[in-house]
Amino acid sequence: MVSELINANPVVYEKKERRDRGGRAVLDEYAAEPIDQLEIFDHIRDIKDPEHPYSLEELKVITEDAVDVDDQRSYARVTFTPTVEHCSMATVIGLCLRVKLMRSLPSRYKVDIRVAPGSHATEAAVNKQLNDKERVAAALENPNLVDMVDECLAPSYA
Amino acid sequence: MGGTPTIQYVIHIESYVSSSSSEAQQAASVDAIAVLLKNDLLSLETLVREMEMYLTTTDNIIRSRGILLLGELLMRLMSKPLDDTAISSLIEFFTERLADWKALHGALVGCLALLRRKTGTGMINRSQAKAVAESYLKTLQVQSLGQQDRKLCLQILECLLDRYRDALFALGDDLVYGICEAIDGEKDPQCLMLIFHIVELLAQLFPEASGPLENFAGDLFEILECYFPIHFTHPKSDDVDMKRGELSRALMLAFASTPLYEPLVIPLLLDKLSSSLPSAKVESLKYLSYCTLKYGGDRMEKYTKSLWSALKDALFTCPQSTLSEDSDPIDGLGFHESEIMTQALELLQVLVRQHNDSFLSLILGDGDISTFLNSFSQFDDFNSLSTQYKQRLHAVGHVLSVCIKASGSSCNKVFEGFFPRLVDALRLSVENSHGIVHSALDANFNFGALYLCVELLAACRRLVVSSDEVASAHDLARDSWCQILRSFCTSLCNVFFCLIRASCVESTWNAYVYAAVKGLEILATFPGSFISVSKLMYENILLTLTSIIESDFNKKFLWKAALKALVEISLFVNKYHEDEKAASFNSIVKQKIVSLISSDDLNMPQSVKLEAIFDIGLTGKSFMHSVVSELEKTISANLSEILVHGDRRLAGLTPGLLECYSNKVLPWFHGNGGADEVSLSFAINIFTKMENNSSLCLEAKGKELLGATMAAMKQAMTGCSVESQEKVLQKAIDLMETSSFFLSNDLILGTDLVNKKTQLGQTSEGLSCRDEWITSLFASVVIALRPQTHIPNIRLLLQLLVMTLLEGHIPSAQALGSLVNKLPLNISEDCSLEELIDTLFKNVMWRNISIGKEGNDGGAVAMSNPRLNNLNSHAVIGLAWIGKGLLMRGHEKLKDVTMTFLSCLVSNEDQGNLLPFNDQTKDPAEHKVLCLRKSAADAFHILMSDSDACLNRNYHAIVRPLYKQRFFNIMMPMFLSAIVKCDSSTSRCFLYQAFAHLVSETPLVAVVGDAKKVLPVLMDCFLILSKDLSHKEITYSVLIVLSGILTDKNGQEAVIENAPMVIRRLIELTSYPYVMVIRETAIQCLGAMSELPHARIFPMRTQVLQAITKALDDPKRVVRLEAGFNCIKEYSLLKARIAPTCKPGWDCVDKQACYYIHMLHPCKWGCQTWSFNFNMRKWSPEKGGRPRVFGSCSSINVLANGTSTQPINHSRLV
Repeated sequence: MVSELINANPVVYEKKERRDRGGRAVLDEYAAEPIDQLEIFDHIRDIKDPEHPYSLEELKVITEDAVDVDDQRSYARVTFTPTVEHCSMATVIGLCLRVKLMRSLPSRYKVDIRVAPGSHATEAAVNKQLNDKERVAAALENPNLVDMVDECLAPSYA
Repeated sequence: MGGTPTIQYVIHIESYVSSSSSEAQQAASVDAIAVLLKNDLLSLETLVREMEMYLTTTDNIIRSRGILLLGELLMRLMSKPLDDTAISSLIEFFTERLADWKALHGALVGCLALLRRKTGTGMINRSQAKAVAESYLKTLQVQSLGQQDRKLCLQILECLLDRYRDALFALGDDLVYGICEAIDGEKDPQCLMLIFHIVELLAQLFPEASGPLENFAGDLFEILECYFPIHFTHPKSDDVDMKRGELSRALMLAFASTPLYEPLVIPLLLDKLSSSLPSAKVESLKYLSYCTLKYGGDRMEKYTKSLWSALKDALFTCPQSTLSEDSDPIDGLGFHESEIMTQALELLQVLVRQHNDSFLSLILGDGDISTFLNSFSQFDDFNSLSTQYKQRLHAVGHVLSVCIKASGSSCNKVFEGFFPRLVDALRLSVENSHGIVHSALDANFNFGALYLCVELLAACRRLVVSSDEVASAHDLARDSWCQILRSFCTSLCNVFFCLIRASCVESTWNAYVYAAVKGLEILATFPGSFISVSKLMYENILLTLTSIIESDFNKKFLWKAALKALVEISLFVNKYHEDEKAASFNSIVKQKIVSLISSDDLNMPQSVKLEAIFDIGLTGKSFMHSVVSELEKTISANLSEILVHGDRRLAGLTPGLLECYSNKVLPWFHGNGGADEVSLSFAINIFTKMENNSSLCLEAKGKELLGATMAAMKQAMTGCSVESQEKVLQKAIDLMETSSFFLSNDLILGTDLVNKKTQLGQTSEGLSCRDEWITSLFASVVIALRPQTHIPNIRLLLQLLVMTLLEGHIPSAQALGSLVNKLPLNISEDCSLEELIDTLFKNVMWRNISIGKEGNDGGAVAMSNPRLNNLNSHAVIGLAWIGKGLLMRGHEKLKDVTMTFLSCLVSNEDQGNLLPFNDQTKDPAEHKVLCLRKSAADAFHILMSDSDACLNRNYHAIVRPLYKQRFFNIMMPMFLSAIVKCDSSTSRCFLYQAFAHLVSETPLVAVVGDAKKVLPVLMDCFLILSKDLSHKEITYSVLIVLSGILTDKNGQEAVIENAPMVIRRLIELTSYPYVMVIRETAIQCLGAMSELPHARIFPMRTQVLQAITKALDDPKRVVRLEAGFNCIKEYSLLKARIAPTCKPGWDCVDKQACYYIHMLHPCKWGCQTWSFNFNMRKWSPEKGGRPRVFGSCSSINVLANGTSTQPINHSRLV
């Protein structure tokens, strides 16, 4: 079975400490807290890898620096790095990221998800597939795929 | 006694013997027969005769049931006297039956029952017991029986060994052999427990060395040996209630039961000690300690060497101590002692005590320890020490301590052997001891030597303290260790001083500082006859420690350590009444520390000062008394400074002192006695102070100071006895009479106040500063009164309070509430509580500013129908507190109060011109009315909420159980009908406010009980309250109630009924602009609602989703996160609807292995959807269930580069 995994033996990195944002003590009731890099990273860091019981953060598929966000212009871009170049799970990971952000970001946001340049064999194809909303919508109508995505997302709601 | 019992018991016997009856029926039959036998309605003989057929039949099953019945009956008749013939024939029968293996169980039960009989009720005799034992040994194969029978067999054996020793003694070898056979290979914990006990009893039966036991000791031990150490392989066995600890202890007793085992046990234990399993080590050490004691010194002599080497191994060579994580380590090196360490030290102690000199010389002559001690000079600095080195140091310290603690002579040896080396390492000299520390002595002391020195000192001190006999103590004083210690003590002290002086500003743990302070503490607490420290030195130590407290509060660790040391010394001084030391302690420590309170030193933070004072004060009553008197003095001096000269600096400091007084010092006196005098003197003192100051000048800090003073006064009063309270109360009333307020209103006692109302209303706008102080203190006294305290001139008192209350002085209102709560029903012969409350109401209601209306004749107006214009909001608040007092004691006059409030809320005076509340009305009169009605709504908050300031158990309030629930149940229907009847929107708004207060303070259980009625009103509450910013707090409380209802089962039913409305309200609240927590809680509630039945929630799904999607863009992060979480839950609702309609057509390509999914390639057929290649094995749709999904490299490669260009399966989802 091991031989059949795409990346049978991935390198596992340490998790970063969750940064505390000063607890619940909100000094100013009306001060706005814009959506920032860390908030988006907090949304997606705990997503489980489709083939290993590790989070994307532990596998360094995503890092905090790989998230670009501009709250004013309602734009976010997540760049992820598959563990191996020919990783066929890249699309599943991308789909998980998209679904999670779709569910946690306001609708005004435009989200781009892409594979880090040079990290994947079929980079262009994957990017195109992930940012085509029709194809994403269709994928989410497949109950099996949705199950799989939900399984990966489950830890990020804990 | 005719036929009935006979027929009965025959039926019972039949029912028991019959295999068709249930267990419960059988048990009932036994009980019934036992009752007949007990009451002599049936004789045993008749019964046995009747049962003859069952007892002797050749049918195994029936015979065994019959015998068992007889056995069970005997078990139940243990206390019934039986005659000798009956006993002898029964035991003969059962003894014989032991050979009948097919019906054994009953025979065992019967034997046991007979063997266990007590003297006086007919016991079996020696020869019978012997016969049982012989039959037992001859016929029973214990280990081939089932667990129940084995247990019975072992119980019989235990019983025989325990109670019929003489009979068994004669059996000799046969018995021991039989026992060996019976216990060999047992695995059940309950049986093992019996076995271990049997072995122990056996050793008691043959105590002498050359008995039958000698021949079998080896065999017996071989059987027992394999159980050590006790370890359960199947810990979760069902009916094993036996604890591992109990078993282990039983085995230990068995091991130690006879010295015959010694040659076998000790080598085994020594062997297991070298095991790598920590639990085995701990057990071995424990057993060794016990067995060493039991076997005695002579037998153990030969093992001392190997024992020491084993111990050294455990303690020194591979120590198990771990560094502790605590910030406050108990030990000088910061180690936790492991269980192994503790047990090993225990064993060491036993051995040192037993073999005094010989064992000690082993330790002292040990090469490794010597080498270790000689290597000191290489390691000077603590921070450069390795963990292993520290562990060894720790171990050596403990070993030496144990040796010292064993006896005076061992102490001498250790000191003679080691102390010189330590002294050398520390570079101490006897000559140096008289001089002052010279500057050449730098602070870089050898840490190892320092640590060991302190450990040795501590051990010596413990040796001295534990030998409490005076004679032996004097012997100790002449010992050589004492001489050695005496000659070095001064220079040791100097080293410690030097270390303390050199310590830098550090708040973390520091080993040097710890050792130094500890050393000083030990030197200062040596009992007198060992005076190792001169008076001068002693005082020096105290001075140093005290000066640390005074000046080194920045060095947190040092400061804390010094404080702890002083506390220890203080405890010591109190325990060993040594006059000289006590005198020095008093003159140095006590005075200095106490004087800290009044010192003007601003560098030292007040909280630090108070901590030091309080901690040391805790050690003794006399100290605490001086602390209290100093505190009191300082407080009163400060107060007069502040009140007369308006000293701002002191005004900032004094509240802290007062807080310490009321929160720490007074509670201590409550716990330790003496609270009465202390509190009394404090209270009187404060009042005297007020009397002497006829004018006050106070500025900004005045409020805080007044608050603290009031709190202290209340706290003091709660601790006072009834008599003291009466004294203080009198003083307070006297003072009250000097207030300008009192004088200006020349009260005519006892008259109706109504007539005097106008002039009062016009004169003062609030109270003057002094009046406020006096009234507040007075109110504090009244609030804390005990119900038994007699109150002189109650009418005057009430009038005074009413007057100040109407000026808006809240404490007066609270005092009034406390009064009506606690006054007895008949206050005096001419005055009852009812009457008093009536006057009180009258005064509160009418004696205030009239807004224009006039001509009301006071008493004639019924309480429930007041004219609103004659009330002001102060009066309403006052009434609320009075109402609270009544509510808590459950007085019926409460009704009047609540009716007043209700009529305020729904009054129709604004009919016609409906005023929105927050509009600034032009007409001041109308504005006033609105304010009044607002206060009436808020009054329900006062009524229901718990107050810290008054009317709680601390202040001796009378509290009826469940008063809130009761009030809620009375008020709810009234509110509901009022809301229905009400047709003015303003009134309705106030009603909802009041209702919201009522609901949010009621215990949730009561609200949930009425959830169906409450819920619709709550929803309307949200609708109205959420419109106004000023209601945000109450909105939140109501939301909390709703979330409580949502989590309760009853509540959920109500919510399901009203689901659309509840969801609509919650959706509104998710965008509540003013308070973040409301938005957050609303979203949480929506999340909780998604678990309600699908059919009710589903229609609202889209709206909820919209609301939550909007909440994803909330300015606050917490709300966004909450929304993100809940959104998903709603999505899952969505999914549940879609999934069944969507059935992809699976094609089973290969029904083996697993099922893979691959979605890299776009669909060959050019459609817009994703395409999927399924490789399905082992799963088929016919089987149902869900396939497991995971990616697979090889399958994808096969598919991607595969021979077939056709996708294996192309499923397009519609």
